[in-house]
Amino acid sequence: MDKANVSETEERTFQARIDAEEKIEPKDWMPEKYRRNLIRQISQHAHSEVIGEQPEGNWITRAPSLERKAILMAKVQDEAGHGLYLYAAAETLGVTREELIDRLHTGASKYASIFNYPSLTWADIGAIGWLVDSAAIVNQVSLQNTSYGPYARAMVRICKEESFHQRQGYNIMMTLMKGAKLQREMAQDALDRWWWPSLMMFGPHDGESAHSAQSMKWKIKRRSNDDLRQQFVDQAVQQAEAIGLVVPDPDLKWNDARGHYDFGAIDWQEFERVISGNGPCNRQRLAHHKNAHDEGAWVREAMAAHEAKQRSKARDVA
Amino acid sequence: MTPDDPIARYALRLGDDALIMGHRLSEWMSRAPFLEEDIALSNVALDFIGRARLFYQYAAQRVGGDTTEDTFAYSRDVRDFTNLLLCELPRGDFAFTICRQFLYDAFALPFTEALSGSSDPQLAAIGSKAVKESRYHLRRSKDWMLRLGDGTEESHQRCQRALDDLWLYTAEMFQSDPLLDDLIARGIAVDTPALHEAWLATVSETLATATLSVPDTDVEVVGGRDGIHTDDLGFLLAELQFMQRAYPGLQW
Ligand SMILES: [Fe+2]
Ligand SMILES: [Fe+2]
Repeated sequence: MDKANVSETEERTFQARIDAEEKIEPKDWMPEKYRRNLIRQISQHAHSEVIGEQPEGNWITRAPSLERKAILMAKVQDEAGHGLYLYAAAETLGVTREELIDRLHTGASKYASIFNYPSLTWADIGAIGWLVDSAAIVNQVSLQNTSYGPYARAMVRICKEESFHQRQGYNIMMTLMKGAKLQREMAQDALDRWWWPSLMMFGPHDGESAHSAQSMKWKIKRRSNDDLRQQFVDQAVQQAEAIGLVVPDPDLKWNDARGHYDFGAIDWQEFERVISGNGPCNRQRLAHHKNAHDEGAWVREAMAAHEAKQRSKARDVA
Repeated sequence: MTPDDPIARYALRLGDDALIMGHRLSEWMSRAPFLEEDIALSNVALDFIGRARLFYQYAAQRVGGDTTEDTFAYSRDVRDFTNLLLCELPRGDFAFTICRQFLYDAFALPFTEALSGSSDPQLAAIGSKAVKESRYHLRRSKDWMLRLGDGTEESHQRCQRALDDLWLYTAEMFQSDPLLDDLIARGIAVDTPALHEAWLATVSETLATATLSVPDTDVEVVGGRDGIHTDDLGFLLAELQFMQRAYPGLQW
């Protein structure tokens, strides 16, 4: 058999394993495109967790009570942990964290566009936890069955922590809606600003999504963007109504025949603008990350130097 | 805003130390040298915020009325805060934060051990919970001292510089005053002046292993316990208290 035939057979076996819902593990054969596609998706996911520390972390030092402060700290800390699980999952595919961070800094690798919006008031912390974490949960629950083993297992761990994030966010919104007029206005304003970016988190419509069809076939993705978005809308609308918030979409209405909410058109120009680097905080988010990374260089070097010294000491003793 | 009850005042001191230290540590979130340190630093920060809440809750309970933990954190001004100056100094670079933490943790471990033997049962309970945390904190900050002190030329220099800058503020941890003397005599407060010797031994030993030197100075800067702070505390409180000051009297 010549080379082309070998890889064709391998690809067929590979697809058969995927179709049989078998998990692909790091040492297994996989098509190069599958590997690259996964690295792109997992690292984008990891970067999102890490960049996401910023808009929420902004309010740790300003949280309105000690209890809220402690909860928010634990929440943001979880997100950093998620970043860690995901970098580790990506590393099983033969890239290093350092390479991935480098790609983030050069703009070659993206992160969730929603974190390019500012968190202007305390209500934004409520809106982020409620909406952004809800959207993340909807997406991540579907990825618990993704075909790549380490990614699927990272999702299982992450999902366990996400429901606490969503609840703390919704609880902040609920408390505001039970409060003074200015607090209710603050909550509504936050929803007005975060609603549409949250819908955009699920990415382009199925027809326009560059990576969707192949990712579905390989079961890297398990459900389509539009499908996930609809589930999110159906949940969030009811949660908004339950506490007296108005979803900022005049076209929103229940469709009995579909058994879902119909909702208005997403402003894809806005989506493109932010994802291509021109949202309100793109530059600051990247600069902040790069700055912390650069300032930490001497610490990482010191650690490596110390380890090397310890190793050579151990060798001398032996 | 400063209570008459000496035990409440003592609890407030300890709460202030913990809150301000926790605040400075929390400033590292998303700014640490690598992701694992974002997590580790916020772990320690969370311990301190948790500790602050316990001390404040106890003080609030003793003061009574509608005082809560948040009253102390959010409604007092600089002159009412009685934390150690060491805790409020700006976070500086990673070496400064680690050195501050190490100097404090080396004190906090014997301190919390002793507090868990306080004749006041509630202080004793907070102390025994805190001991476990402080043991971990000290192990962690010692490890970092060794890595940074005996790492590269640059990390060594940064560490030594941080130690030299911080050393003048360490005397305050062992200072006595009438409130403390009274509570020590009653077996309630920790006899902090008596902890100095053991602290110095721990610190000297670690610094020696880390190839760092104990700063050679007798200068002592104190004032925190009397509400005489550095300028930095005012800015810290402006940020910490922003919501309660901008929107007083609301539930969040
Ligand atoms: Fe997350
Ligand atoms: Fe989350």
